[in-house]
Amino acid sequence: MVPFAGWEMPVQYSSITDEHKAVREHVGVFDISHMGQFIVSGHGAEAFLNRALTNDVSKLTPGHGHYTLLLNEAGGVIDDLIAYRTSDREFYLVVNASKIDEDLAQFRSLLTDEDDVQLANASSMTGGIAVQGPKSHEVFRTLFGEAATFPPRNTIFVSFTNEGILWLCGTGYTGEEGFELFTPDSHIEHWFRKAVEAARASGGNVCGLGARDTLRLEMGYPLNGNDLSQLRSPLQAGLGFFVDLDKPAFVGRDLLVKQKTEGVPDKLVAFRMTGTAPPPRPHYPIVWKGEQVSEVASGTQSPSLGCGIGMAYLPVEAAAPGTSIEIEIRGKRFPAEVVKKPLYRRVS
Amino acid sequence: MSAVADNLRYRDSHEWCDPSSDPVICGISDHAQHELTDVVFVELPKVGRVVSAGEAICTIESVKAANDVYAPISGEVVEVNEALFNDPGLVNRDPYLAGWMFKIKAFDPAEFDKLLAADAYRTHIA
Repeated sequence: MVPFAGWEMPVQYSSITDEHKAVREHVGVFDISHMGQFIVSGHGAEAFLNRALTNDVSKLTPGHGHYTLLLNEAGGVIDDLIAYRTSDREFYLVVNASKIDEDLAQFRSLLTDEDDVQLANASSMTGGIAVQGPKSHEVFRTLFGEAATFPPRNTIFVSFTNEGILWLCGTGYTGEEGFELFTPDSHIEHWFRKAVEAARASGGNVCGLGARDTLRLEMGYPLNGNDLSQLRSPLQAGLGFFVDLDKPAFVGRDLLVKQKTEGVPDKLVAFRMTGTAPPPRPHYPIVWKGEQVSEVASGTQSPSLGCGIGMAYLPVEAAAPGTSIEIEIRGKRFPAEVVKKPLYRRVS
Repeated sequence: MSAVADNLRYRDSHEWCDPSSDPVICGISDHAQHELTDVVFVELPKVGRVVSAGEAICTIESVKAANDVYAPISGEVVEVNEALFNDPGLVNRDPYLAGWMFKIKAFDPAEFDKLLAADAYRTHIA
């Protein structure tokens, strides 16, 4: 167990590699009760969120969600989150556990009395699980019956069961098909145990933070704190797709417009080790043309690829796929190569 | 339950050595490999290196983290298990035999008495 944003969470239940493969080949169940949930409602909810977030929530019809970013005035990333529209006047936000307080402070600072917006923090009373992998459909059917509709990607469905209210989301952090379920924490253990049992019956397993990290890193998904920070913009992080510069002004937009025209100083890229090497880990120095130019933001041994992989901010001149770099590990330099994201693609 | 081999001596940091061997064969215990799981890289010491008991001698990497391995006895490293270079998982699969890590020409056999016997090590990890 390790401390994680005020929670005690297992890095692994059995083995990171086994749990990782369970998700890629079968199905895995993650306890994501640590994550934060905000409910933003009222006549002004849409306009308010469009002022605070980079993506355009007015494009979401009820029942749909998207990935988006909360920036500071300077264009740096406070948090990355999923915003789901649950009705015309209500949004359900799922945020990083470690950023709940900072997110709330930022949202509150942008709220005025004229806004007609209610902002509720449901984080401490909400539990959640993520079910991920090609066999997540089997787990879904076991939980909800043969007739229930599996949540399509980027959708949300609020459901009422005898075991309480559920937010069922077609989202995940592994690159596999799957769903996430949020419910009041009094009932989360019921769903967790049922999902784990169903997953095991499908050849899957329960998974910890370790597998969550190796799975998301193979996809090139950023982790806030490692790959995102208040010092860098979403354009530097390669998240321009989730920034809508055409919508009305939002916090941090000025820098993004400037970077769009003048270019970014560095970019978050993926890399892989090209020979036998220890796994790259956060903060290891990165050398390009003989000079240290950066450090590893995220790094691990990829269970799917069998080699070290990672992400790092590199100067744009060194950021093109195919560029040779070196990772310095305990004083020795090991060759690596900048590669396209995702690092892992399903062989189908 | 982790296996503890009766014929070996152990450090409290989970390295083992075989006092009946010369040079002395060393590795990490079944308990240690279990804690690490998924060993993906072993950075072996250089042959010829002289180490003191308790000195960090090499690094073993699992998916989870990098961990130091400490020399159980003082002496000179005379051989390393090069099979680990291509198959680091040997440490997980066979920690007391095929997964050995290095051999040390011991300076002082009296140092074995400072290490834990099997029963004491069993108590230590219980």
